[in-house]
Amino acid sequence: MDLSLTDEQEFLRDAARDALRRTDTVAAAREALEDVAVGKVPTLTDLWPTAVEAGWPGLLTSEEHGGAGLGLYDALLVAQEAAAVLAPVPLVSVLPAASILDAAGDEASAAVAGGELRAAWLPVAPPSDREARWTVDPRGGLLRGDAPTATVSGDDVTLDGEVPWAPDAPGADRLVVVGVDADGAPVAALVDAADAGVTVEAVTRYDATRPLGHVRLQGAKGRRIAADADALARAWFVAQAILAAEATGVAGHLLPIAVEYAKERHTFGRAIGSYQAVKHHLVEVLRLTENARALLIYVAWASEHAPDQLPLAAAAARSGAGQALDVATREHISVHGGIGATWEHDAPLYFRRAQLSRRLVGGDADATDRVAGQLLGGVVPA
Amino acid sequence: MDLNDSPEQAEYRERVRTWLRDNAADAPRVRGEGMIQDEDERVAAWRTWQRRLVEGGLCGVTWPEEFGGAGKGPIEQVIVNQELAQAGVPGPLDFIGVGMMGPAIIVHGTDEQKRRHLGPLLHGDEVFCQLFSEPAAGSDLAGVTTRAVQQDDGSFRITGQKVWTTNAQFSAYGVLLARTDADVPKHKGLTMFIVPMDAPGVTIRGLRQISGEAEFNEVFLDEVEVGADAVLGQVGAGWTTALTVLMFERLAIGTAPIGYSAERFAAAIADAPGAREDSAVRQEIGRIGTELIASRFNGHRMISELAGGGVPGPEFGLAKVTMVSAAVDAGDLIGDVLGPDALDHDDEWGYMISFLPGLKSAGGTEEILRNTIGERVLGLPPEPRLDKGVPFSELRSRQEA
Repeated sequence: MDLSLTDEQEFLRDAARDALRRTDTVAAAREALEDVAVGKVPTLTDLWPTAVEAGWPGLLTSEEHGGAGLGLYDALLVAQEAAAVLAPVPLVSVLPAASILDAAGDEASAAVAGGELRAAWLPVAPPSDREARWTVDPRGGLLRGDAPTATVSGDDVTLDGEVPWAPDAPGADRLVVVGVDADGAPVAALVDAADAGVTVEAVTRYDATRPLGHVRLQGAKGRRIAADADALARAWFVAQAILAAEATGVAGHLLPIAVEYAKERHTFGRAIGSYQAVKHHLVEVLRLTENARALLIYVAWASEHAPDQLPLAAAAARSGAGQALDVATREHISVHGGIGATWEHDAPLYFRRAQLSRRLVGGDADATDRVAGQLLGGVVPA
Repeated sequence: MDLNDSPEQAEYRERVRTWLRDNAADAPRVRGEGMIQDEDERVAAWRTWQRRLVEGGLCGVTWPEEFGGAGKGPIEQVIVNQELAQAGVPGPLDFIGVGMMGPAIIVHGTDEQKRRHLGPLLHGDEVFCQLFSEPAAGSDLAGVTTRAVQQDDGSFRITGQKVWTTNAQFSAYGVLLARTDADVPKHKGLTMFIVPMDAPGVTIRGLRQISGEAEFNEVFLDEVEVGADAVLGQVGAGWTTALTVLMFERLAIGTAPIGYSAERFAAAIADAPGAREDSAVRQEIGRIGTELIASRFNGHRMISELAGGGVPGPEFGLAKVTMVSAAVDAGDLIGDVLGPDALDHDDEWGYMISFLPGLKSAGGTEEILRNTIGERVLGLPPEPRLDKGVPFSELRSRQEA
């Protein structure tokens, strides 16, 4: 049993860290927030060229179809690094899109993997033991919406429906849309974002570093992508894993900062980190973060060796890492005291990211529910 | 990233499996259904089984060969434990002696102590127990008040009370931490002894737990006389010996198979009417399951580090916190779903529900573990202590004042 990083993985992680260091992404996140506060559309530094230069859009795409052919864990390493500095790198939208195109051996695969085409996957969830339909997140409330309908004629697909809260949809050249045909079977299509039947309503909510769009499809024309239902479900789990990695990256980044502050800040003549009340909370952040890291290893292992466990692994990672992110961002504020709850500090930037993230792409609660469904259905984790 | 065995590990596993295939039929039933009810008979059968395990190289796996062990590393211990669990047969009767006390004797014992004790200990002929905790010294173990007073002839007389002593009722020896000097700070005045449990003045009493079972004992010592050759390590260096034992304890617990699992808890409620459709139940089992899966993979990570030559550090305590909290929550959930029947004495969940509140304090309370991890892993400063550098005798008078 060897779970250590390979030399190549360490190199990939360090290279990601270096590439992201070229821009002060945390300062950019703050500026974006200030833009929103005065009613402006936030201007975010576009890190797409950085991502393309580093080859991130093609991380998961096989070499045969124009990518780097790496494993899911490699992508999760990059996602952790990006999230730690609040860098708006659109991994959660482009990697599921690329994985669907790769699975189909689609002609657009190489262009998406190489970044010549900027593709965004629209989050459409596969069925679970509780929900027989393919569904989309609701705008609000607890009732999940129907996936878009897909009318197939040869290679042409016509799509109707709405996919709310799609990450990175504004700015994408192509949308990878999962719809369902008249029989309820899933069908994937590549749609030009400029198609007359497509409306992308750009929305910014709470975390200005996360571009979102409500995507309306009204007779949108697309070309069929020959990916099967398993590949379309896998895209959802890839997205869950990436959000889990982002959450883990943030939690792991914040903990040492809070620990250092707890060593320096004194009350009643001693460092606040010496008080058990503070210490035990920080250890809880460590515990949850280490658990999240362990769950990412499960995702990586399942993805490589036991694909039938990927739904459980990805859901558990999303749920566990989401919990770590929640606790870590709140604790970060508490340890820093009142100032941590103000714009004088970076803590609110991370808190905002956590609050929004836990409600996107199914949300943490859907992931927890899927863990339950898998376990109650008799899946045994490795 | 590989969860599988290396070729050498796979070959070792196959050897263990082969041995178990040939010998498992002779293993005694020591717990659960079909268990040998009479304790004396059970212990006798288990003793014989331990001897067989030694012959097969499955007991004393990490002991050096010169002391009768198999001379392997912790990763092989993990493999043996996994295969024993898989075969559904017990490990050695004396897991405390083999896992902790024997290894401590190997580190700190005199040649004569090694010659006298290690053989009978390994083969189960003489079971060892651990006489550390006291009614007033658990988390603050260095605060033990059991006294060992040296006599003119060099022998010691030991008086005090120990508690939480597993296996004391059939142990031949106990490894006992006592205070030999109260006029120095508390960590400095301690000495470790090897005490015969049948010595005059030793009284053993079962300690009944919530479930009604008595898995632990209280041990009373009244002027128990032991020779100078009973000292394990140096006089006044008992704390050093204790830390060695506690390190082996972490290793022994860390390599032991974990009985609480996501799939086991989920299976307990999966077929209860309405459970699968209930959102609250699903969120709770999903959350508990996530914690336990994480814990399993943290275990895999630890084993990966052991295979790389590391030893389990203090962060290992996090696994205990996760495991116990998740099991407590699972007990609540299973009880809520299955109803009062789940609390029955003979029910596996009833037993677990009764067992867990005590487990929270065993092997380090959650609060102490969080302190240790906060200080040694995160590097946070310790709480100011009132006992630092103060002679133990003054400390006690301060407490009494």
